[in-house]
Amino acid sequence: MSSDPTAAAPDQGLGRWPERAVLIAFALVAAFAISAATGARFGLIFLIGLGLGVTLEALRFGFAGPWRQMIVNRDPAGILAQLFAIGLVAVVAIPLITANSAELIGAHAPVGLAMIGGAFTFGIAMQVVLGCGSGTLVNAGSGNPVGLLALPFFAIGSFAGAFHLDWWTGLGSLPVIVLEGTGGLVTTLAGLAAVAALLLVLAAPGQRRVPRRLWIAAGLVAALALGNLVVSGQPWGVVYGLGLWAAKGAQAVGVDLAASAFWAAEGNAERVRQTLLTDTTSLTNLGLIGGAFVVAAWRHGFTQPLPRLPLRAWVAVVVAGLVLGYSSRLAFGCNVGAFFSGVSTGSLHGWVWFVCAFAGSWVGIRLRPALGLEAGR
Amino acid sequence: MTRRVTMLAVASLIGGLIVFDLSVSAQPNPFRAPPLLALGSGQAAGVAHCAAPAPTR
Repeated sequence: MSSDPTAAAPDQGLGRWPERAVLIAFALVAAFAISAATGARFGLIFLIGLGLGVTLEALRFGFAGPWRQMIVNRDPAGILAQLFAIGLVAVVAIPLITANSAELIGAHAPVGLAMIGGAFTFGIAMQVVLGCGSGTLVNAGSGNPVGLLALPFFAIGSFAGAFHLDWWTGLGSLPVIVLEGTGGLVTTLAGLAAVAALLLVLAAPGQRRVPRRLWIAAGLVAALALGNLVVSGQPWGVVYGLGLWAAKGAQAVGVDLAASAFWAAEGNAERVRQTLLTDTTSLTNLGLIGGAFVVAAWRHGFTQPLPRLPLRAWVAVVVAGLVLGYSSRLAFGCNVGAFFSGVSTGSLHGWVWFVCAFAGSWVGIRLRPALGLEAGR
Repeated sequence: MTRRVTMLAVASLIGGLIVFDLSVSAQPNPFRAPPLLALGSGQAAGVAHCAAPAPTR
């Protein structure tokens, strides 16, 4: 036995490389298998999802956490990085969609009563579980038990919200308003700059610096989101795919999807018939989980102890998971589909979503201690 | 208890989801797959997105 503390280091480092090689090989084989079974486009979309999962987990780029940081500590770094990423995407995506509207679609949806209520409620629930759409996937992939428990209920809620979507939108909504062309891009960038300036004014002294890792993450997320748009023809989204997973399960146990205008619609019924491995949002969701899994395993995240939370906290996670899914369908997306992709492709509903969900986050943060969710922090 | 348990659970969950999906879905046909890139393909984008509107009956 050596007493030299440096003696074991090379062996330990070398000893982990086979394990890491297996992780990378497994991810690449999965992408290859998807390509071989369903077509190269779908393998590439899965790889984009993997890249997003690796980026979000490795560089700790997220949505719920940075919003909490701003509300609790007046630290705007994470939100500034989000705005930067959205701006980068907008610079390319808005002109691209305007010029290729037959092949590419934006995350364009109407502002309405249910959309506003859904976004506010989503903001509450995402602070309860400290994970939005992408955050819940990444947290689950990295072995976080809160994210893992919330995920299936998120899917069930998303399915149910879509099931009832026509009733909710019937409560009243505006036409879809899209900021298009050069004017739309300039308006979007000006809006992002205005929000960034407001955050900097509100920031606590000494909290106005964005760490380098977040700049890098913002650039990578923007590049991957644009890749998703060019390859799949649609912006990055999360909740549609989760609802689809539950829709397949519901159909298998005898639920009549024809009773829902949403799930009976031709495009959605076709998605239920076909494999998830040909559905864009399902593939990026699987990639996000896989990417986070790889990073967590790479870092030996397996050894991290699980939090000890009271029963009421676990019940709150289940309820919040259902609410996340249901409300995000009424709101036409989560932080990714509505805020990130909506704003970056010029949809007014993305901006309204941001304001409402941020207000909801303020409430959600105050709920966490009462629900016992701060016990494990 | 460590995250080893939850990592195993998430791997099982995703593996189970894919097996279930493949057992209840139509057989995919890679020879009828869409072009690699939607941009420039001449094909209309799909409707399977979070912002997809609520269809009316």
